[in-house]
Amino acid sequence: MGRKAKFDESKVVKKGPGRKARKQPDPIFRKELLEDESENKKLSHRQKQRAARRAKKKAEIAEKRKALKQAKKNVKEKKDDNENEENLNSDQEIEGGFTDDNKKWLTLKKNVKTKPKVQSESDGENEMSSEAEQDTDDDDDKDEEDAKISSGKEKYKVGTLDDLFEDSDNDDEDENKSDNENDTSKLTYDSDSSDEDIKDNDDEDDEGDDDDDMLPIEKANVKLKKKQKLDKKLADEEMQLNISKQDIFAFPTEEELQNPTSLQDIHQRIKDVVHVLSDFNHLKQEGRSRCEYTDLLLKDLCMYYSYNEFLMEVLMQIFPVQELVEFLESSEVSRPVTIRTNSLKTRRRDLAQALINRGVNLDPVGKWSKVGLVIYSSTVPIGATPEYLAGHYIIQGASSFLPVMALAPQENERILDMCAAPGGKASHIAAIMKNTGALFANDANKERTKAVVGNFHRLGVVNAIVCNYDGRQFPNVIKGFDRVLLDAPCTGTGVIAKDPSVKTTKDQKDIQRCFNLQRQLLLAAIDCCNAKSSTGGYIVYSTCSILPEENEWVVNYALKRRNVKLVPTGLDFGTEGFVKYRHHRFHPSLKLTRRFYPHTHNMDGFFVAKLKKFSNVIPEPFKDEDDEAAETNDDKVAQENGDTNSTEQKDIVANSTHTPLKRLAPSEAKEPQKRKKITDNNSEESKETVTINAKTNKKHRKKKNKIKGKEGNLLAGISSQENNSNKDSETQTPNKGDNSNKMDSENKKKLQPHTPKLAKLAEASSEVKTQAHVGTESPKAKKNKKSKVKKGNQVNVINSLPNKKETNVSDKVQFEASKKLKNKLKKKKKIGQINEKNKNKETKFQKMDQKLKKKGKSK
Amino acid sequence: MKVLSEDRTRILFEKLTKYIGVNVKLLIDRPDGTYCFREKKDRVYYISERLLQLAQTVKPEHLVSAGTCFGKFTKTNKFRLHITALTYIAPYAPYKIWVKPSAEQQFLYGHHVIKSGLGRITENTPKHQGVVINTMSDIPIGFGVTSRTTAECRHADPLATIAFHQADIGEYIRSEDTLI
Repeated sequence: MGRKAKFDESKVVKKGPGRKARKQPDPIFRKELLEDESENKKLSHRQKQRAARRAKKKAEIAEKRKALKQAKKNVKEKKDDNENEENLNSDQEIEGGFTDDNKKWLTLKKNVKTKPKVQSESDGENEMSSEAEQDTDDDDDKDEEDAKISSGKEKYKVGTLDDLFEDSDNDDEDENKSDNENDTSKLTYDSDSSDEDIKDNDDEDDEGDDDDDMLPIEKANVKLKKKQKLDKKLADEEMQLNISKQDIFAFPTEEELQNPTSLQDIHQRIKDVVHVLSDFNHLKQEGRSRCEYTDLLLKDLCMYYSYNEFLMEVLMQIFPVQELVEFLESSEVSRPVTIRTNSLKTRRRDLAQALINRGVNLDPVGKWSKVGLVIYSSTVPIGATPEYLAGHYIIQGASSFLPVMALAPQENERILDMCAAPGGKASHIAAIMKNTGALFANDANKERTKAVVGNFHRLGVVNAIVCNYDGRQFPNVIKGFDRVLLDAPCTGTGVIAKDPSVKTTKDQKDIQRCFNLQRQLLLAAIDCCNAKSSTGGYIVYSTCSILPEENEWVVNYALKRRNVKLVPTGLDFGTEGFVKYRHHRFHPSLKLTRRFYPHTHNMDGFFVAKLKKFSNVIPEPFKDEDDEAAETNDDKVAQENGDTNSTEQKDIVANSTHTPLKRLAPSEAKEPQKRKKITDNNSEESKETVTINAKTNKKHRKKKNKIKGKEGNLLAGISSQENNSNKDSETQTPNKGDNSNKMDSENKKKLQPHTPKLAKLAEASSEVKTQAHVGTESPKAKKNKKSKVKKGNQVNVINSLPNKKETNVSDKVQFEASKKLKNKLKKKKKIGQINEKNKNKETKFQKMDQKLKKKGKSK
Repeated sequence: MKVLSEDRTRILFEKLTKYIGVNVKLLIDRPDGTYCFREKKDRVYYISERLLQLAQTVKPEHLVSAGTCFGKFTKTNKFRLHITALTYIAPYAPYKIWVKPSAEQQFLYGHHVIKSGLGRITENTPKHQGVVINTMSDIPIGFGVTSRTTAECRHADPLATIAFHQADIGEYIRSEDTLI
């Protein structure tokens, strides 16, 4: 930091006794040094230019003056003595500084005068401009007046104007340019003065100070030049504007689309298309429809951000294009790390201090939360500090605070968190309740409950019961909660930054699976809640997805089927939930729900809805045509049973023979699939079965079982497939071992459009560690079977492609036989029989494999 | 969730007495309702009666944890205190050890407390006494057993062990799966 040099010596440094007197005084510079410095100071390029212009102008002026003088002499001779005298006086007044004798002095003075002005241009500008304005205004007034009525001086001025004009015409030195200028100068003088006023206001520069020394004609000249400059500038701008307008985005040709050059190009194209779409009528290329542009944009976005087309399409339906691009951009960057202070153990201020001492750079997360802190940077791992281990805070996204804040737990309440793992929100609830009351933290995944237990103990939550149920069964376990928080499992489209695999892995099926599960969970959550609670009766539903299918639609569904109403969430920010989305028209109160986006709120994409239960009565289930119709169209794979209430579910389980008719007809017409419902009393897992037949290599059979399992967990689903496939074939073998093949071939034919996906599924399933179980089988037998089935599947998948066509012919013949078989199978429901036929089944599989291999070899 | 047998109750209380002395009875007689110890799969949980009743609605095979886990009985029927019990032990413990900031991390990785890392120690701590280990800013970070008395500590070698490590909060990360 050194001493500060004080260059202006006007300030006297205080001297006197005391501690400060001993301080070394500011350095004093000799005057010469300072002057040298200022003289040597280099002029900037512009300053030089201006100086040069000034010098040139002065020379010109001097010349003109001379010419003027000569011209005047001629005039003077003809005029009266009196006038002569007057003129002389005025001449002297004006020209005092311009005689040859004084020229030297004049320039000197000017130099001195202009220098500081150049340096303090911005300071003096205002004053100067105002002065100059006054001057020019005066001039204009004078010009407008009649020359003869005005005083001699003014007359003279008018005279000079004409004279000078003629002079300059005659003058050899003057170029054409100056002629033009003068011409126009006359014109401008004649024209309305207001024009010039505006101009003056616009651009006044340091030349203004020359005005004092200028003749009116020169002033006019200066003004004219300015105006010309301005005109030129405007013209340029207009030109640019025209160019940009004319530069309409050219739609790429097929070839260009086929061979994408670079990501930069695609990015540019995205920008262009977004621009075009923003003002489509003006910017579109002739003969191109909006569809073509949006399709192009879709493809480009998929390519640039590496999404699959399905998800991108869905996102395009949610956001307008500009916002979509913002969303995608912000989904690429991760959100700042936030932590939540555990108010059971410490206070935010203390924690912040402790962390700052450890070298963490942090800030409160915002006014809306009293426990959140944002971590900007940290020298230590934030998840392993002694404070963390001592349970003073937990790492939790800012968006995760919201559902708990919406839930607003009270002390001594009984609260349920239905999908609790890893326990962040649940521990937040416990902290708000101050460890009173009772908190049930449930999660369907046993492995993940360990994280809940760990977090609870670390954070000192002692009022919690951690349990491991499928959320949909929870009403059977315990009811009567004051508040229920359901942070439902979802596709995770709001947290793409956290888990980019969402971009490519999600499709219609996944979304359906999710929202079916979410609906059931939400109904279960509502059933768990007690409407008569004095303090509560609230349910908060939240997801980290932004898709309306998983949010508004689910809530809307619950509104129709339970005695609940939406209430304000108590969150003062976030955007309102959708009331309209594509063809859906949701209940108007869905406005009370809140959506959060990464690009607008800088937190994970999130949805929060708060419901109040006003009656414990479960209304009679009714068929909602709107919902059902939509489901029929969408629901191709997952058989959804959440549209009926729990009692109905049980009935279905008991009967379990048919799928609801309403759905069957249209979906089968569209997507020919064999659906069969087989109740499995032993296994509770959801069943979506894919069997790949061993012999024909491409036989896929879909079976719709009741979805009763865990939250549509894909892994669980897949692993359970294997078991089901076992059962399937097992049930077949005893009856008509031969026919099973026929039936499969028939199925295969029908399912051909699906095969690639199914093959993938099967592959995935073979990789996945199998988890599901069939209750009656012994674990060992299970294992053996599984491994064999797995092998069979893999081989089939590999060989599946070349055989595609061959099987088609025989299929039709076998159709009827298989149909009969199926009917029989449907009647046969007892799984217990399966076990006895395990061995038969296994041997059959082996045979199939062998046949298959032979076939493959022969081909 | 079953009631502890006579034998096991005795073993448990003996162990707890090692750490918190006569304060054990404060765990049982509490102003905010009765609390009790329950056993589930050899794990001992400390839970309020009120919460226990609710927990009994949950089927045992679906119940993961309720209240606070104190520790577990080993196969040889000894009781091992878990770090999860720290919430209750730390405030009642009469004997404490404070470690220097430089030694904190060491202890959190499962090492013993050595003389050079010792910041403070309660006066008159006997030998083989269960102690709670704190940081210098009074955050409990685990517990252990002293290897020598306070007086002996004064003259101990800088590398001599003062307290044997038994549990530390680093286990929340190191062994989350086996925590309970």
